[in-house]
Formats: sequence, C-alpha cells, structure tokens
Amino acid sequence: MTVEKIAQIVNGTIVCGEEFKDKEIMTACGSDMMSDVMAFYHDRGMLLTGLVNIQVIRTASLLDLDGVCFVRGKKPTVEMISLAKEDNLFIIETGMPMFPACGKLFAAGLKGNQAER
Amino acid sequence: MKYEYDVSGDDFSKAGTASQDIKRKLQQLGVPVATVKRTAIAMFEAEINMVIHAHGGKATVDIAEDRISIVMEDHGPGIPDIELAMQPGYSTASAEARDLGWGAGMGLPNMKRNSDFMNIESTVGVGTKVTMEIHIQNA
Repeated sequence: MTVEKIAQIVNGTIVCGEEFKDKEIMTACGSDMMSDVMAFYHDRGMLLTGLVNIQVIRTASLLDLDGVCFVRGKKPTVEMISLAKEDNLFIIETGMPMFPACGKLFAAGLKGNQAER
Repeated sequence: MKYEYDVSGDDFSKAGTASQDIKRKLQQLGVPVATVKRTAIAMFEAEINMVIHAHGGKATVDIAEDRISIVMEDHGPGIPDIELAMQPGYSTASAEARDLGWGAGMGLPNMKRNSDFMNIESTVGVGTKVTMEIHIQNA
C-alpha cells in the first residue's frame, strides 16, 4: 500500500516526505509507548501513534522505519518535522483516533506484526 | 575508536542524540544493518533510562573490529533489585516519563535482548553502570 493511499484511507495529510508518496508500505504498528515499539515491532513500515515528542521521530529513525502517522489530530512540532526530513521519514497527520485508523488500514490490506507474546 | 558523550539529565528532548550519532557512525563504517539496529536500540534505551531515572550521566562507546562496547554510567538513585527491574513490564518510571512515552518496563529487557553481553552494577544512592557488548557479525 502506498503512503499516498494510507493518507487517503485515514483521511489524513502527508505533512512531510511528500516525495515518498509512491513508496510501498507493507506493515505497521500502533503504540504510544516507544519501548513497546522497540520490543515488539521488527519490520520496516509505519508507526501510528498519538504521542507527540521528538523521541517518536528518534525511535522511528533508530528502527529504520519508513514513517509515522500521528492520530487523534496530534500535530508534530517544527523540530520533529525537521528531524524527520533529515532522516528521510514521511509524516502523516489524521484526526482519526488510533483504533479506527489501524482498523481501516488493516482491513485495506496493511498488515501488522503477527507474533503473539 | 572511542567516543564519549555527556547525557544531559535536564533536557528530555536531547535524549537519544548520542545513540543517533553512534548509529550514523556505524552506518558510515559499513557495519551490517542488523548490528547497527541492535546497537541503536540497546543504547537508546540506556540513554532514555539515564535521563528519566538518573538525571543523566556519561556514555562511552568503543567500536572495535569485531564488537561494539557501550558503557553507560550515572550517579542516579541506583537500582535496589536488578532482577525485578529486568522483568518485562516492571517499571518505576514517573507519571511524567510515562506521559512522554516511556516507562513500559521494556527498557532493560530490550537492552539485554539486543546485546550479546550485558552487565549491571548498581549501588543504591551511588549510581549505576551498565556495560553492553554487541558482536559485529559480518554477513
């Protein structure tokens, strides 16, 4: 699923990394706890989160993710957008809450990490 | 090659910059992607721990041919029960740290899982020294 398609499905806007709009994203994870993302998500792909601070971008970058989708209308700061650009990450903003955003993307074919603990 | 970083305990927004710098250095050196990722995760968690629990500290990273050694040393409150602290999900992080997305109780387990060797020396009221080694495995 392309980044552009993801943005459409969640009624969101690509606020950074427009050049990656045709990039294919295969998997995603949703969490507001960054250690959980590092512990349980081992693919590339996208993080959906409602947490807004610079560590979200650092986590995505350190994990070699492709981008981040901020849910619940959360707005990344200028500093976050600047770091995301530096690290070649896309950012999508959506007003949708986490569960429907994940649900719609999953139903449309974007998969998650299936490993259970 | 040895690199030293002062990890500030006052500015949460700076937490992770040392790990980011090491990640870039390892990438420039052509270290395999999986090793870079493991090092980045292990060090980032340690750096965050230092900031949210111990008011910062010092990080020393030594990059050798076959391994990356990371020593994270702080003068924070120390860890009273290391075995308990190692349990996934156990955390003493403040509500403020949790609001910032940390304190899931996965920090130390993540550090152990992503390193080939980890040792924690800690004295309550004195501080904590975490040593980690990640072997460089060439594909």
